Amino acid sequence: MLSIKNLHASIDGKEILKGINLEIKEGEVHAIMGPNGSGKSTLAAVLAGRSEYDVTEGEIIYNGKNLLELEAEDRAREGVFLAFQYPVEIPGVSNINFLKTAIGEIRAYKGLEPIKAKDFLMMLKEKQELVEIDRALVRRSINEGFSGGEKKRNEIFQMAMLEPKLSILDETDSGLDIDALRIVANGVNKLKSEENATIIITHYQRLLDYIIPDFVHILHNGKIVKSGLKELALELEEKGYDFIKEEVEA
Amino acid sequence: METVIKTRTIKDKLIFEFENSKLFLFGSTQLRDNAMESFYKQGIPTRKHEEYKYTRVDLMLKGEFDFSTNKNCSDAQIQPLKFLKDAYVVVIENGVFVEGSSNVENLPKGLTVCSLVDAEKSNSPVFEKHYAQYADVKTDPFIALNTAMTKDGAFIHIAKNVIIEKPIHIIHISTTSVNTIIHPRNLIVIDENAQAKIIESFETISATAKTVSNALTEIVVDKNAIVDHYKIQDEKELGYLVNTTQVIQQRQSVFSTHTFTLSGSLVRNNLTVVLDDEHIESHLNGLYLTVGNQVVDNHTVVDHRKPNCNSNELYKGIIEGKSTATFNGKIFVRKDAQKTNAFQSNKNILLSLAGTINTKPQLEIYADDVKCSHGSTTGKLDEAKIFYLRARGIGLVNAKKLLMHAFASEVVNTIKIEALREYVEEKISKTFE
Ligand SMILES: Nc1ncnc2c1ncn2[C@@H]1O[C@H](COP(=O)(O)OP(=O)(O)OP(=O)(O)O)[C@@H](O)[C@H]1O
Ligand SMILES: [Mg+2]
Repeated sequence: MLSIKNLHASIDGKEILKGINLEIKEGEVHAIMGPNGSGKSTLAAVLAGRSEYDVTEGEIIYNGKNLLELEAEDRAREGVFLAFQYPVEIPGVSNINFLKTAIGEIRAYKGLEPIKAKDFLMMLKEKQELVEIDRALVRRSINEGFSGGEKKRNEIFQMAMLEPKLSILDETDSGLDIDALRIVANGVNKLKSEENATIIITHYQRLLDYIIPDFVHILHNGKIVKSGLKELALELEEKGYDFIKEEVEA
Repeated sequence: METVIKTRTIKDKLIFEFENSKLFLFGSTQLRDNAMESFYKQGIPTRKHEEYKYTRVDLMLKGEFDFSTNKNCSDAQIQPLKFLKDAYVVVIENGVFVEGSSNVENLPKGLTVCSLVDAEKSNSPVFEKHYAQYADVKTDPFIALNTAMTKDGAFIHIAKNVIIEKPIHIIHISTTSVNTIIHPRNLIVIDENAQAKIIESFETISATAKTVSNALTEIVVDKNAIVDHYKIQDEKELGYLVNTTQVIQQRQSVFSTHTFTLSGSLVRNNLTVVLDDEHIESHLNGLYLTVGNQVVDNHTVVDHRKPNCNSNELYKGIIEGKSTATFNGKIFVRKDAQKTNAFQSNKNILLSLAGTINTKPQLEIYADDVKCSHGSTTGKLDEAKIFYLRARGIGLVNAKKLLMHAFASEVVNTIKIEALREYVEEKISKTFE
């Protein structure tokens, strides 16, 4: 589904990603862990199509397409979804109008007819229940005045509504208390299928207790320095990031 | 031999026209002569005039002009401009009240809607008491000119304790085929404890020449009255509008005004609200969307004269192309006006490099126990927000539109008449196309 080869990316002339290689297949869950500033969010942003980043080398093939040639909106329409680490607030645009517009454009891109108002409302209700998000929140402007946890939950709600093929969750666990974490994880697990894949970016093992990864990668200074199975996350939690640094520098 | 041809200036022409058409002008001779004299002293403001330096009204008045006020359009053409289905409608075509096109029959008790000419003829004491008492000819040449040269307009009176639920819609239309200057004038009096909603819209129909409309409305809001006032300015390329709104508020009254400038080559708004007693509340909202070479200039004055009043002002603008928008908001807090709360905010989005925004708050505070604040911002559309929307599959163009709507919504949502809000929203969507 996704093949990243030797990806280098920089911002304002500063190189952040320094040769990333990653292969992800349908149905897989990959965890990416790494210290602050190692480039996790940068990788997510490059995948989602944020134009501030310059890709200086390498390629990303997504379902046979050159992802780097697609505009951000076309990537989303092709099924790429980024749950932002820091979702922005957009006063004056209601979540509902936003989702209706997004679904409308995604369907038009795919050559599907517009969704019926009734179907949209049913879907809204169903997904609201799935991620246990407050109805009142959904009715408000996008993230306006939401708490950190509410914003994260809204990201997962949007993910549920848009039914992406490749979801990238950038520290969706931070700011969530244990109950909220369980709910979010539960939502993600329910949305998982044989056809879609998930990248989970996190600092902590905790989320991975609920969403079991098939692979764990450690990102350090713009490179994946170690990959392994789910046990790697436990080892990392136990020994801390310093052990990676030592290993890399040794 | 050299011949010197001295072209007459617009000032000369206006004075000549004034002398020539005295029989058709409105108001007492003394009032008009005094106003003309004041205009003569002030002249047409140029770039050197502090209050008009960003808005070249002198350039707008270059060329030949006609002063006649013919009726040119049919009821069928006017019909679409009556966008509020359930309203009392006053049609003012080229500055003259058109009874046949208006819907002012079967008025409820306590509501008077007629032409200025009829109000004067009927010796209405309310008219006599309030006409031309508030907009001071000495303060602005356009006030002087309007007072000297107006021919007609609407007179609206809501009697004491009367609540008029249906909106009253004054439609100003210009329909000229030669360059014309007109001076429509309205007087609106809302008596003690009465309530009304008033909309003034400014439009052009099948005009083929430039119309300079020097429109003036005086609004008297008596004790405990509640008035909701709207201006929808949408005169397209041939429209040039100088729109003076002079408001006086009495004790415990609430006045809200909303100015939507959607089109027009040049629009200059002079809005003055005088809070002449205690416990008054005033709301001034504005939204301007400027494109092409448009010039939009909002000058507002909030004059706190007595203690314990609140005023709140919010003006927002989206500036595109080579257009220019100006906001100048003056707040006076006079010596007596202790415990005043006065807030002002002006926010702009500049979408092009060639666009210009001039924003100037002016607070003059002579009382010491007051809460006043002002702020102005000019920015671009937020890239992070655009990206967020695009990352959900919304195309760049629609993402920008959504954000512009969101920006405008803060002002649009202050419209309390649902049908009007929908109308304005639709107009805004078209502007963003
Ligand atoms: N606009 C920018 N200009 C320069 N450097 C930047 C810019 N944006 C990010 N960086 C730098 O890029 C590096 C990687 O940032 P990134 O946000 O990808 O890290 P991260 O792994 O997601 O960290 P965290 O765990 O804190 O979320 C950091 O050193 C950061 O300071
Ligand atoms: Mg990050």
